[in-house]
Amino acid sequence: MTALTQDTVALDAVDRLLVNDLQEGIPVCERPFAQAASRAGIDEKEVVTRIERLLEGGVLTRFGPLYNAERLGGALTLAALSAREEDFETIAETVNGFTEVAHNYRRDHDLNMWFVLAVETPERIAEVLNEIETATGCKVLDFPKIDEYYIGLKFHA
Amino acid sequence: MILDTYDHRLIAALEQGLPSVPRPYREIGERVGLKETQVIERLKALREAGVISRFGIVVRHHSLGYHANAMVVWDVPDEEAAALGELLSALPHVTLCYRRRRAAPHWPYNLFCMIHGHDRDTVEAQIETLTRECGLAAFSRAVLFSHRRFKQCGARYTHSTPEKAAPNRDAQRPDRGQQGNVA
Repeated sequence: MTALTQDTVALDAVDRLLVNDLQEGIPVCERPFAQAASRAGIDEKEVVTRIERLLEGGVLTRFGPLYNAERLGGALTLAALSAREEDFETIAETVNGFTEVAHNYRRDHDLNMWFVLAVETPERIAEVLNEIETATGCKVLDFPKIDEYYIGLKFHA
Repeated sequence: MILDTYDHRLIAALEQGLPSVPRPYREIGERVGLKETQVIERLKALREAGVISRFGIVVRHHSLGYHANAMVVWDVPDEEAAALGELLSALPHVTLCYRRRRAAPHWPYNLFCMIHGHDRDTVEAQIETLTRECGLAAFSRAVLFSHRRFKQCGARYTHSTPEKAAPNRDAQRPDRGQQGNVA
């Protein structure tokens, strides 16, 4: 796999077709890749070989089901805090040290650190946010989801 | 939906993703002690019950050249949020859209969406277009571009491991267990 730039991996036309196709979903049946294979003009074995390569190359981060945390008894939330510039790195390390923090982005706003918590039970949200406040000395704001309009998160390859 | 032991085993076995073989459900069945047809039935039921929210692939958007990512938020009347959210969701550059709780007085915004694009100028232009097209210009708004990602290791859903688990070839790749939703 050739890295064109730091974040760009070379995809050929068949890879692109597969990436766009499989983002629409993988069927649950005995031969889930038969249709994608036939649309791409390759066999099923090559479909999975290419997926494997795209996973290894970091183009894909997930192959298979994504679970709804709430339906499994868990909970998710989006939270943010405002870190002073000189403390930002230290606070980021502290926040990322929590296993419940699924991802964390720096954003340009007074609230400059935005992270998602994924926990096993809804009660853990408040507990973990409190622990993060204690560990960082920063006030943490919680933005729980009230309604979901779109979670497609698809990218054209 | 009440999940039984086999459902939990299946969920745990698939936490690392599908095996890369042409008949992945047969292989998963061998790991958890179910026939291929039982795996398929159970996965369909889990999907219908919404336990599985998506079943496909998740792309690392940077690797496809999507280098700009903005979280755009508006303060809209709660009773209009659903209609506006539906309008936003229909647009191609909107990758996620939620209504979230406000945190007054620091944060008056309740309608959240994510826009991904190849570069910042493009995303800024897209934001102006969708603000106009969805009739959002009258509402207070903030645009928060992301600078860099500090962590993306993904949500873990279970602590259990399948009793008949095969050696975990993905153990070194924590990214494969990630939750796709970004904000």
